[in-house]
Amino acid sequence: MRLTLTVNGTEHTRDVEPRLLLIHFLRDELGLTGTHWGCDTSNCGACVVWLDQTPVKSCTMLAVMADGRSVMTVEGLGGGARLDPVQEGFAECHGLQCGFCTPGMMLTARWLLDRNPDPSEAEVREAISGQICRCTGYENIVRAVLWAAAKESRA
Amino acid sequence: MTTAYGPLGRKEDARFVRGQGTFVDDVRLPGMLHGAILRSPVAHARIVSVDATAALAHPKVEAVLTGADLAERGLAWMPTLAADVQAVLATDKVRFQGQEIAFVIARDRYAARDALELITVEYEPLPPVVDALTALAPGAPVVRDDLPGRADNHIFDWTAGDRASADAVFAAADVIVGGDMIYPRSHPAPLETCGIVADFNAVSGRLELWSTTQAPHAHRTLLAIVTGLPEHKIRIVSPDIGGGFGNKAPVYPGYLCAIVGSMVTGRPVKWVEDRSENLMSTCFARDYHMHGEIAASRDGKILGLRARVLADHGAFNATAQPTKFPAGFFHIFTGSYDLQAAFCEVTGIYTNKAPGGVAYSCSFRITEAVYLVERLTDMLARELGMDPAELRMRNLLRPEQFPYTCPTGWEYDSGDYPRALALAMEIAGYDELRREQADGRTRGEYMGIGLSFFTEGVGAGPREHMDILGLGMADGADLRVHPTGKAVLSISAQTQGQGHETTFAQIVAQELGLAPDDVEVVHGDTDRTPFGLGTYGSRSTPVSGAAAVMAARKVRDRARLVAAAMLEVSADDLEWLDGKWRVRGDPEQGAGIAEIAMAAHSSLALPDGIEGHLDASAVYNPPNLTFPFGAYICVTDVDPATGVVKVRRFIAVDDCGVRINPVIVAGQVHRGLADGIGMALMQQIVFDELGNCLAGSFMDYLLPTSMECPSPELGATVTPSPHHPIGAKGIGESATVGSPAAVVNSVIDALAPFGVVHADMPLTPANVWRAIQGRPVRSDLALS
Repeated sequence: MRLTLTVNGTEHTRDVEPRLLLIHFLRDELGLTGTHWGCDTSNCGACVVWLDQTPVKSCTMLAVMADGRSVMTVEGLGGGARLDPVQEGFAECHGLQCGFCTPGMMLTARWLLDRNPDPSEAEVREAISGQICRCTGYENIVRAVLWAAAKESRA
Repeated sequence: MTTAYGPLGRKEDARFVRGQGTFVDDVRLPGMLHGAILRSPVAHARIVSVDATAALAHPKVEAVLTGADLAERGLAWMPTLAADVQAVLATDKVRFQGQEIAFVIARDRYAARDALELITVEYEPLPPVVDALTALAPGAPVVRDDLPGRADNHIFDWTAGDRASADAVFAAADVIVGGDMIYPRSHPAPLETCGIVADFNAVSGRLELWSTTQAPHAHRTLLAIVTGLPEHKIRIVSPDIGGGFGNKAPVYPGYLCAIVGSMVTGRPVKWVEDRSENLMSTCFARDYHMHGEIAASRDGKILGLRARVLADHGAFNATAQPTKFPAGFFHIFTGSYDLQAAFCEVTGIYTNKAPGGVAYSCSFRITEAVYLVERLTDMLARELGMDPAELRMRNLLRPEQFPYTCPTGWEYDSGDYPRALALAMEIAGYDELRREQADGRTRGEYMGIGLSFFTEGVGAGPREHMDILGLGMADGADLRVHPTGKAVLSISAQTQGQGHETTFAQIVAQELGLAPDDVEVVHGDTDRTPFGLGTYGSRSTPVSGAAAVMAARKVRDRARLVAAAMLEVSADDLEWLDGKWRVRGDPEQGAGIAEIAMAAHSSLALPDGIEGHLDASAVYNPPNLTFPFGAYICVTDVDPATGVVKVRRFIAVDDCGVRINPVIVAGQVHRGLADGIGMALMQQIVFDELGNCLAGSFMDYLLPTSMECPSPELGATVTPSPHHPIGAKGIGESATVGSPAAVVNSVIDALAPFGVVHADMPLTPANVWRAIQGRPVRSDLALS
């Protein structure tokens, strides 16, 4: 099938198998390996990207379902040139260890802060509750998101 | 005095927050093919035939490997790290659900999966051995009939301590309590599954591997032995690793299949397992069926411990631990208490379950040991009517008893246990919590307060006691100092998220008076790093870190001689002060490493016998393990109507000796506390009576999320290790080892009004509810 979509602001057209998962399209066709695959069952969220303005789990979505739409991956955070405050926050607060869940976590965090610039800790925990981190116990991820919120409120 | 230690941001983060890490599945080589494994759907069956004809006819399939193909190369079986053998691809029988049967190599990953369905396997079903408690019964099916003369499922018997003295202590004791406890089978489940890219070059004879391994050097040696390829022709790169926790210590059949696949096809072959494969076939953890007893005087003096353990190792004995310790370091089960005698016996058994056994941040079975002794201590407190904190405080080893040799032979290096427990109680507001608990109970609120005090032995290990398949457990470090004073440290350890690139730079910077930014750390590439046994068992800082220190100190010693030549003074007149070699009595006169490095590379005349440059290497053989310890308090709220447990607070005081980077240390503790919550409340690899794995995905194998993990409250004490060159002890596994007992003790404490004395993990709502009803069940099997 012919597929045309915009990824991080750039339009791509490819012929793909109808069954190709969006994550494999991003990683294997476009070489955007910042999006990770972790579980197959929509539980871990390592594969989270934005479809239009909404985080989705790209391991349980066909690439062709993104036809005509726009996708943002971690490579597009902060416009690609500068670091998004969320990215800064993760580094600042030791919000990552192995780095495998980090892209998905950051994309969800960015989505949260766009809608709720001043979230409570409970709201941050709720927002990332569909994603799994095996390294941090989530504590520093929560702090990282709150750090980013605080930075943006000062800006 | 400046210090390079402290809360430095991580060097690793710059790439990870940009999505620019390089994990194994990110590696793409020209012409690369993709492998997929056909796995057994049943737990125990004789293989009648394997027919891959249709798969080979698939237009995108390049090759199919079966057990027969590997047998022709002598590779159908491989040695395990525990001196057993494990089938790479099954030839005779399948022995667990998910066992490897055939390997398809195709042009893309989807085609490889498609072709798996074209392979026909005919099975002759056999009765499975699933229940550990009946695996040794007469007439039980024999899992390992491949082993000559094998007529049962017995692997080993192992004991520690002194049976007679323990029995004497028990015979004279006022109080004995104990019981059966299951530490259920768990799985480390790193978020990145295991995988490899194998690239064999038939012309050069060189094999290059990008592999999810925590121990690249040990794997290279093992693969050389297994494949017959010369070791110097093998390179293993373990690039960024998405978590390990022990899961990436073993060599897995998929690795060998990819290697053979590359040899057969002449092209690179990638194999990355999916989540079900990871959970169903790779190294599990725990699965200890324990019976423990504790003996004490009526006034609360703990006197002795006894334990009998049935250790379920699955279908192949593939534990990864020092060879002489088939039960790992379980015999540190005397814990943190001053007692007179202890004895434990462990029997290892085969079952029709996935092989492995020791992995998952357990410091070689110390997590099982801590769980046993800490549950028993709480049971004893209940029996004596004593507060569990008071009972612990009364029995903890005292600072003046160190170095302390425990009844099973470990020599604990240093500790101040009462201080750690007192600090944890202070952070928790322990007395106030107990008051709140008593008040709540009058209102039908069931709050639990659970304590755990643990001692670990990490940093394996002393070469006279410890090896893995004959490889001594030392680690090397190479330190190069460039003319401009910038340094490159190459280490044998491997980071899977622990932040070695940062902490090891801090170690060297501290020794040489450099900025951490001026030290680059190279790891995870056997061509670029010295030999060493890798990262597991919390051994990076205790062993590899010590090697880095020793290399840096060699550089510093040589720099002294060069500085003496530069400053035209005797080396004896120089002292290392605040990051420079300075003239005694005239500290303004001196030289730092950067100036000295330039001089060492220059035409400066050096004293006789002194080579130029500053580079140095070191190998560190630890004289003893290091012994981190800690005191944890978990506060839970239990709803008796639903059995739901909510972890309200988790207080953790850790003493890991000197802390190089306290932020990274805290991060390690955060992770381990989440592990404790997961293991105590949710995580379990469970089987039905046919040996079907019922936890083959994250839908069934529940891991804690941000909703189950509270904000931890951490405290620290610092008791340096007297034998480690910088006094560090290691922190990687402390919280995973110490925390499950605190959670379980907390839940059982909450349920005290219901008369519940013990319930096995995982304390799911159903299991808690059954315990309240007085009908606890075997938690390890879904038996009808």
